[in-house]
Amino acid sequence: MFDFVSFIPRAVVQGIPLLLGSTGETITEKSGNLNLGIPGIMYVGGISGVIGSFYYEAGKTAQDMNTALTILIPLGCCLLGSFLMGLLYCFLTVTLRANQNVTGLALTTFGVGFGNFFGGSLIKLSGSSLPSIIMTNTSNVFRRTLPFADKMGVFGKLFLNYGFLAYAAVVIALAAAYVLGHTRTGLHLRAVGESPTTADAAGINVTRYKYVATCVGAMIAGLGGLYYVMDYACGVWTNDAFGDRGWLAIALVIFTIWRPNVGVLASFLFGGLYILHMYIPSGMNLAVKELYKMAPYVVTIIVLVITSMRNKRENQPPASLGLPYFREER
Amino acid sequence: MNKTNKTPLFHVAKRGALPWYKAWAIRGAALLLALVLCGVITSLVTGEDPIAVYGAIWKGSFGTPRKIWVLLQNIAMLLCVSLAVTPAFRMRCWNLGAEGQALIGGLACAACMITLPGKLPNWAIIVCMIVASLLAGAVWAGIPAFFKARYNTNETLFTLMMNYVATQLVAFFCVVWESPKGSGTIGIINQKTEIGWLPQFPSQKYLLNVLIVAVLCVLVYIYLNYSKHGYEIAVVGESERTARYVGIKVEKVIVRTMLLSGAICGLAGLLLVGSTNHTLTPTIVDGRGFTAVMVSWLAKFNPIWMILTSFLLVFLGRGAGEIATKFGLNRSFGDILTGIILFCIIGSEFFINYEIKFTRGAGKEG
Amino acid sequence: MDNKIAAVTMRNITKRFGPTLANDKVWLNIYRGEILALLGENGSGKTTLMNMLSGIYFPDEGEIAIDGKPVVIRSPKDAFAFGIGMIHQHFKLVDVLTATENIILGLEGKLDLKAAAKKIREICDTYGFEVDPDQKIYDMSVSQKQTVEIVKVLYRGADILILDEPTAVLTPQETDKLFAVLRNMRDAGKAIVIITHKMHEVESLSDRVAVLRHGQFIGDMPTKSTNAQEMTNMMVGHPVVLNIDRPEPLDPMPRIEVKNLTVRDVEGTVKLDDVSFTANSGEILGIAGISGSGQKELLEAIAGLQPVEKGSIEYIHDDGRREQLLGKDPFAIQEMGVALSFVPEDRLGMGLVGNMDLGNNMMLRSYRKGKSPFTNRKAPYKLAHQMVDFLEISTPSVETPVRRLSGGNVQKVLVGREIANAPSVLLTAYAVRGLDINSSYLIYDTINSQKMRGVAVLYVGEDLDVLLELCDRILVLCGGKVSGIVPGRGAKKRDVGMMMTKLGGKDDE
Repeated sequence: MFDFVSFIPRAVVQGIPLLLGSTGETITEKSGNLNLGIPGIMYVGGISGVIGSFYYEAGKTAQDMNTALTILIPLGCCLLGSFLMGLLYCFLTVTLRANQNVTGLALTTFGVGFGNFFGGSLIKLSGSSLPSIIMTNTSNVFRRTLPFADKMGVFGKLFLNYGFLAYAAVVIALAAAYVLGHTRTGLHLRAVGESPTTADAAGINVTRYKYVATCVGAMIAGLGGLYYVMDYACGVWTNDAFGDRGWLAIALVIFTIWRPNVGVLASFLFGGLYILHMYIPSGMNLAVKELYKMAPYVVTIIVLVITSMRNKRENQPPASLGLPYFREER
Repeated sequence: MNKTNKTPLFHVAKRGALPWYKAWAIRGAALLLALVLCGVITSLVTGEDPIAVYGAIWKGSFGTPRKIWVLLQNIAMLLCVSLAVTPAFRMRCWNLGAEGQALIGGLACAACMITLPGKLPNWAIIVCMIVASLLAGAVWAGIPAFFKARYNTNETLFTLMMNYVATQLVAFFCVVWESPKGSGTIGIINQKTEIGWLPQFPSQKYLLNVLIVAVLCVLVYIYLNYSKHGYEIAVVGESERTARYVGIKVEKVIVRTMLLSGAICGLAGLLLVGSTNHTLTPTIVDGRGFTAVMVSWLAKFNPIWMILTSFLLVFLGRGAGEIATKFGLNRSFGDILTGIILFCIIGSEFFINYEIKFTRGAGKEG
Repeated sequence: MDNKIAAVTMRNITKRFGPTLANDKVWLNIYRGEILALLGENGSGKTTLMNMLSGIYFPDEGEIAIDGKPVVIRSPKDAFAFGIGMIHQHFKLVDVLTATENIILGLEGKLDLKAAAKKIREICDTYGFEVDPDQKIYDMSVSQKQTVEIVKVLYRGADILILDEPTAVLTPQETDKLFAVLRNMRDAGKAIVIITHKMHEVESLSDRVAVLRHGQFIGDMPTKSTNAQEMTNMMVGHPVVLNIDRPEPLDPMPRIEVKNLTVRDVEGTVKLDDVSFTANSGEILGIAGISGSGQKELLEAIAGLQPVEKGSIEYIHDDGRREQLLGKDPFAIQEMGVALSFVPEDRLGMGLVGNMDLGNNMMLRSYRKGKSPFTNRKAPYKLAHQMVDFLEISTPSVETPVRRLSGGNVQKVLVGREIANAPSVLLTAYAVRGLDINSSYLIYDTINSQKMRGVAVLYVGEDLDVLLELCDRILVLCGGKVSGIVPGRGAKKRDVGMMMTKLGGKDDE
């Protein structure tokens, strides 16, 4: 019998970083920016948080630490780091009108390098005597669940057993969906991504919308990196452990056809597919597990192909995705 | 009307022609700025003086004959993948799937090396490897190309996803063919018999790769600039309407070019598995599929300039690796430096394509 | 009515674009409760004048007053503040959004789609529009999109409406509907300007007509007190003597036979309706018509670029063999041994590759020649050099991207390449648009020399004077239909002008 009670919570914690990443990327893409730097940004978000808490936690015991600061310092560092990455992307692609694909990939190279470099060198650089980067105390705060979660049986295990960032991720995704669909800001943002010329003619500041959407998107994606180290990985930074989740987040954007609210369940589905191989009855060929890991990507490709074949206008990528906007080129 | 109308201090306009030497001067200046920036950052992190840092970068690439050969080999492989993506890019078709296409090529190559010995003579196996690798790479690129041509499916996202399907497929076969059992890796294939190993020059392990890629570079250059296909690619990339006006079948050109792009990626996979490493891992392409995008773009999609840009990226990567080793830092330091250099050069393109005109005098009507 | 205060007064308005004078000291009054037709040929400065009201351009000289008070209009936002709204020919709408979302785009405040939709319905009820506020733009016909644009302007409180050639994209039924709505708005006290060059629209819709010619204000009068003949006179002015050569055709034989050709565009609008004619070798067949009457579709259909609903296009070889051109792409036509050259309207978007140099552009037609997988690069560059000398193309070198050349030189490159192909059929669209006098004459001479070679030339033009002096026969299109075919020699400009605006050109009053 398939063990759903233990499978679902694990799928959810796998899904949360993807959810944050894809929510951030959806907001970015809605402004017409295809930010392929998201994987790098998630690394930067994660490591920035780690650096912040590393210095705060260094030499302190759990009793010395202020709970609010324990959360706010890594959170602030993470947001700042990913914000700067988003800003850099915007400066290059919006202000300097550079090619979005190339800029995004450069950002990913840089971001992953940044994460792994500090992940590998933080101890040496800080001259500390710790054997590796483990922030148990911070992680414990991030992982703190509702006190009565354990007493609620299966319900508690399935729904209450997560750290606060997981709930935040769901709230952010739903809020993003609301803003995109039901507010003037969202309407203007969609117009910018679909047709910057029209938006410009209607008096919408295209540059500002692109900047804000991309930077906010980057910050949300950065949180995905933070969640991964602090909650999922129990505060232990291991180089390259984050893996290809950033690309999976981009896949998720396509899979959800640019709808963050769909992303909530879809990310859990992706998370489930990602770990499904661990739940296949033992005795089966080990190799087949690798094929299961392919599932999220294959599913995404199928969605991409079907949407382009059906050619339903609502389900297409934003029309100006990937194109720079230059007013005088009308 | 008491509205005050602010006249902007400057406005941005598209530039006309910039002589090529000026354009390259701007790029050179950007590169120089990037190098200074890298030096400063490295000094800050390591506490060494910048001269020592540059010295270390130099030594990392040119320190010993072996290092030079490794450098050449790395340039060759990066250049090979970059050459692969370039035809597609010239057509404005963003093939970001070179990583997967090369990987699949390597997989096909490894499959021949593992399953065929005993059934065919060595030379036939090598022929099979070559055919299988090129074909596999071409198929992997052909799938997104078909959907792009038929349904206008977004090729950037499609090829991107195909990379990870390829990675998992390779991971699957790594377990299937694992040796020794339980290791989850393939190990050196045919280590004793050396069946399916591409021939090596006696003293220089990497010379064959370098030569093949050098020839390929010239071929791709000629193909793109002097062949009818290359001309069609350029026309389709510049204007699909013009292409249709002269009767070019745009869909056919898209599929054909992507097949070629994939086949060259397959060749890169063949060289990596059959000639350099004699093994297969899911990370054997080592991100070159992505770096190639930048190599190709920085060289303005010109195969000859790409020798220079791939040299630049490999040189810096290895140099930074040397710094990392020397000062006990993590090897990823190289990626940071590469990133900084890319940002500078990417940013500098703006000054080549646009000019900033400062408005003189106020009160002019906007 | 002279005592009424004008809603808009434009005084002494002058606007230059570089050396060309687009508007020259124009005076114009616009009144509320009145529909003004702004009449003029293509390029007479109608749109430029109105763009200065809507804040797109700023006049070089002159002043604008609203309700008697002088104002400065710097941007479309300013124009809205004064209640001026313009509906441009090219719609600015986001396809995937609904009508409501498009209408309120760019406005401030809390988003309340329901309230907005309600207000839109009210506007529609008031004037008789039919708009579904929840319908997506991509699901709409052109006329529905235009309605959305009009409602968008009204929603923002405009009471001075300017419509730039609103009927160019509409079917007759849709036009009638639009006119009914415009009359409703006039009766509700709004000031309405429609830019047009169609005489019957002026007659059936407007209360007053103002005529521009070559950027100058010629005059205005109540529509009732004038007639089509007088307006045409004012619009066209006196014929200019051009002295273009017109040699007698040499042994004309049928070359292209078009029968019952019907073409619809992607949106389903009929662009060509049952068009039939024959083009002869050694003859220039002029094609006249108001822009957008189906000229583009006709040429593209013959060139194999335009899907056709029904009809036939046959090419007749010298030996009398007939071959169907329909359903073949340009390459297939070339393979059949039909040397068909086409100088399209959109030179850099279709005929040439802007970023490629002259030599490479010469190669577009010829690169397939020969069995070698490589292009012959010498021949096209040699050809480019010849063209530069022969057509006096001014360019730094043959390695210069054509996008850097001036409009006239771009056209010479295109025409040069097309005739270098030794065509038997030459299709040209607006071959001298944007060219100076010398370049224009060079192009006329080139076309004439092709005619003397026995080429069947189809010449789509906008300048009637030129058509009358250059062409052997003139086919007049009106709304996608053949309004008539007249011999070029002896044809009267006014008659052709009337045929352009009315089928058959007969005054049916």
